Amino acid sequence: MFKSLAPPEYLATIDREKCIRCKRCIHNCGWGVYSWGGDRIQINTSKCVKCLRCYHYCPEEAIEIQDNPTRFKQNAYWGFHQIRNIKRQAETGGIPLTGMGSDLPYTILFDNLLIDACQVTNPSIDPLREPMELRTYLGKKPSSVAVEKDKSGRLRLKGKMPPQIKLEAPIIFSPMSFGSISLNAQKVLAIAARECGIVMNTGEGGLHEDLYPYKDNIIVQVASGRFGVNPDYLNAGVAVEIKIGQGAKPGIGGHLPGEKIPLEVARARMIPVGTDALSPAPQHDIYSIEDLRQLIYAIKEATDYKPVSVKIAAVHNVAAIASGIVRAGADIVYLDGFRGGTGAAPSIIRDHLGIPIEYAIAAVDDRLRQEGIRNEASIIAAGGIRSSADAAKAIALGADSVAIGTAALITMGCTTCGKCYTGNCSWGITTQRPELTVRLDPEVYAERLINLIHAWVHELKEILGALGINAVESLRGNRERLRGVGLDTQTLDILGVKPAGR
Amino acid sequence: MDHDYQKDISGCGLTGLISRKRQRKSGGDIVKSLCLMNDRGNGLGAGYAAYGIYPEFKDFYAFHIMYDDPSVRWTAEEYLRNNYHIEKIEEIPTFPVKAIPISPLLVRYFMRPLKDKMVGDVQEEDFVVNSVMKVNSEIEGAYIFSSGKNMGAFKGVGNPCDIAEFFRIEEYEGYIWTAHTRFPTNTPGWWGGAHPFTLLDWSIVHNGEISSYGINKRYLEMYGYRLTLLTDTEVAAYLLDLLIRRHGLDIPTACAALAAPFWKKIDAMDPEEREALTALRLTYGSALLNGPFSILFGHSKGLVGINDRIKLRPLVAASKDDMVYMASEESAIRAICPSPEKVWAPRAGDPVIVELED
Repeated sequence: MFKSLAPPEYLATIDREKCIRCKRCIHNCGWGVYSWGGDRIQINTSKCVKCLRCYHYCPEEAIEIQDNPTRFKQNAYWGFHQIRNIKRQAETGGIPLTGMGSDLPYTILFDNLLIDACQVTNPSIDPLREPMELRTYLGKKPSSVAVEKDKSGRLRLKGKMPPQIKLEAPIIFSPMSFGSISLNAQKVLAIAARECGIVMNTGEGGLHEDLYPYKDNIIVQVASGRFGVNPDYLNAGVAVEIKIGQGAKPGIGGHLPGEKIPLEVARARMIPVGTDALSPAPQHDIYSIEDLRQLIYAIKEATDYKPVSVKIAAVHNVAAIASGIVRAGADIVYLDGFRGGTGAAPSIIRDHLGIPIEYAIAAVDDRLRQEGIRNEASIIAAGGIRSSADAAKAIALGADSVAIGTAALITMGCTTCGKCYTGNCSWGITTQRPELTVRLDPEVYAERLINLIHAWVHELKEILGALGINAVESLRGNRERLRGVGLDTQTLDILGVKPAGR
Repeated sequence: MDHDYQKDISGCGLTGLISRKRQRKSGGDIVKSLCLMNDRGNGLGAGYAAYGIYPEFKDFYAFHIMYDDPSVRWTAEEYLRNNYHIEKIEEIPTFPVKAIPISPLLVRYFMRPLKDKMVGDVQEEDFVVNSVMKVNSEIEGAYIFSSGKNMGAFKGVGNPCDIAEFFRIEEYEGYIWTAHTRFPTNTPGWWGGAHPFTLLDWSIVHNGEISSYGINKRYLEMYGYRLTLLTDTEVAAYLLDLLIRRHGLDIPTACAALAAPFWKKIDAMDPEEREALTALRLTYGSALLNGPFSILFGHSKGLVGINDRIKLRPLVAASKDDMVYMASEESAIRAICPSPEKVWAPRAGDPVIVELED
C-alpha cells in the first residue's frame, strides 16, 4: 500500500503497563485509530485527529496523544503545515479541507482591548444586589416613537413597533445546519435556547420535525442551496435569515457530501438520500443589492413581516455592503468574522480570506451612524467569540448581540480538532453516523450549554457592574469604555478606541 | 467622529428653586443655598441659571457668550450680524473679586434670526441650535454660555460665593433658579466647563458621571449634535432637546426614556402600557442615561429634578406655598426655607416635575 509522505500530525500512545485491554478506545474512536490485534490494542496513528475522545474514556488513563515530535527540519519560513499540505496536494491533487475557524496566529484584536471599571468618581454596581439588565431586542427600531396618555394617565403607543426578536441575553447560537451537525447537537442548541430565552439558527439544512416545538427560539435560514425551504419552514421560527456568506469561507459555497445525507437529513433538506448537497457560492437569484431587496421583501410577504436577517462574511468592504443591506430592508445584519467556524472549508480560503470581526463591527457601526440609519437594523457579531469578555468587547464596539458556534460545540465535547468535514466526530456532534450521534444525549449536554450561557450572563453582569451601568444598551457602542493596548494609531482610529493611558 | 477626546468628570452639589406663580425672586436665595454646600465643590467651577430675568427682552434670544481672547469677539460678531437682527449688545456686568483675578470677556446679545437666512422649512429654534453648534465648535475661543429667551447662565471658575459676587447674581430677579458647585477631578478650570449647560431655554445642572456617555455621544452625533465640551452634562442637555423639542415627547415621557424603568417593572404593567414603555426603551436605548446622576433641568415652563435608575446621587425636594426646592442636601433647602410644608427624597428614576402656572 502507498504510504503517504505527509507525516502524521499526532502520535497516539498507550501505556502497555496500564492498559487493561477493555477496548473502550476502539469503541470510542470515530476515526478507526485503534483496532484489536488479538492480544493487544493496535494503533494507526496517522488517523488520529487528537479529539481526545479515547483519552477521556480510557478508564486507566493509559492513553496519551502527543503532537508528533517527528517534524521536518525546523524552518522559520517553511512551516510544518505548509510542507505537509504540499505533500498532500502532490499526492491527491485536491484542496485540503478543514473544519473550525482559522487557527493561524494572526493578531487577535480582542486580546488587545481592555474594558474600563469604576473607581471613586462613579460607583460600581453590585450585580448580586442591584438589577442588571441584559435583555436585548433584535430588529428595526424607529428613530422616534409617538405615545399618548389614556384617561388614567398611562402611556399608550401610537402606531406599531416593527417586529423584534426578544433575547434575555445578548448571546445567540450561530447557524449550524442539520447535516453539518447531528440532530442531537441541534436539539442541545434548541433546548438551551429555550431555557435561556435566546435563539438558535437552523443553518441551511431545513428544520427537522423534532425541532418544531422549539419554534419560538429558532431562526430559520435560507441560503444558496435553498435546502428545506417551504412556506411552513419560513414561518416556523421567529425570524428568517438570508445567508450570503460565512466568515470561514467568504465567497464560496458549501458541500455536504452524500455520506452525510441519510434519510433524516435528506427529508429535512428535501433532497434524495445520499446525494451531495451543494450550496452554490452566490445565491443565483441575488447578483446585486436590488436582488437582495426583492428576496427580503418576498420573505417578508411570505411570513407576514417577520424580521429578516442577512448574514454576510466580514470582508474588506463590509461597511458599504452592510449599509446596502440595511437600505435593502433587512432588520438584522449578521456579521461573521474571519475567525468564524465552519463544518467544512478549504483551508486556503479559511486562513486567507476576510477580515477579523472586531474591525467589521467597528466599521459597520460607524458607517450606519454616519448615514443616520443605525437604528434601522440590529448588528449580530460572530466569528470567534471565545468568552463573555469577547462578547462584551464586541458589544462595546457596536454589536447588539453576539452569536456563538464553536463555544457552544465545546460544551458538547468538541475539542476544536477541526475534522468536522470527515463526518467521523467521535463526540457525536459533526457526524450522522448513528453509533456516534447516539453518544450526544440532548438533555445531558443541554445542561452543560445552559451552564455556559448562565456563566457568561453572570460574567457580563459583573462587567456591567464594574462599568457602573445596569443595562446592556449602555454598553452597546460605548467605545469610550474600551482602551487599546499595543495597537497602532490607525487601528485605534478604525476601532474608534483610545489607547490605554488616555 | 473623533474618538480621541478627553472626557471631563466631576462631582458636585446642586440646588434649584421655582415659584409656580412666577414671582420673581432675587438671586440672593439661590446663592445662600449653594454656598452652604461649599464643601461639595473644590473652587474650580460654579454657576447659576435664571429664568424670567430679561422681561424687557423676552422675545429675543439672549446669547451669553464668553471670549477667551477679546479679538475672537469680532469673528463671532461678524457671524452673528450676518445671521441675526441684534437688538442689543452689552458686556455682562461684573464686579471685581479678589479670588477671580483673571476672567474671560463676557458679552450678551439680544437677537432674533434674520428671516431670509432661514432657508427651506428650518424652524427658528433649529436655526439657533445650529448657530450655537457652529460657534462652539468652529470659532476657537468663543463659547456660548446660554441661548434661550428671557433666561441666562452665569458661570465660571471659582467658589460659588465668588462667582455670585462676580456676576452680581443678587441683582437679578427670576422665577426659576438653578445653581451648581463643581468638584472636577481631572481638568484645569475652564469657564465653559462649569455648569449650568444650556441650549435654547434648556438649562442643566448635574451631579454625577454618566457612564453611558460614550454611546450617548455617538447617538447624538447621529442627529447632528456636535459635542464639543466633553462633559456628561452636555449630553443630558442635548438629549432633552432631541427627545422633547425634536421628537415631541412630553417631559414625563422623556424622563421615562432617559431614566427608563427596569424591565421587571415594565413586565408587570398592563399589556398596552407595557407595549408603550417597551417601545420607548427599544427606541431610546442609546439615550438611556446610565451611571450615577442627579439632574435639575430648567426650561421656560418649569423645573424638573431627576435621579438615575438606582439613585446613586442625592436629591432632596421640598415645597412651601407656591415654591418648590430641590437640592443635593436638605440643609441647602432649609438654609433658605427653614420650615417647608413637605420634604421628600424622590425615588430612583422618578422625576419631580414642577410646572409654572400660566
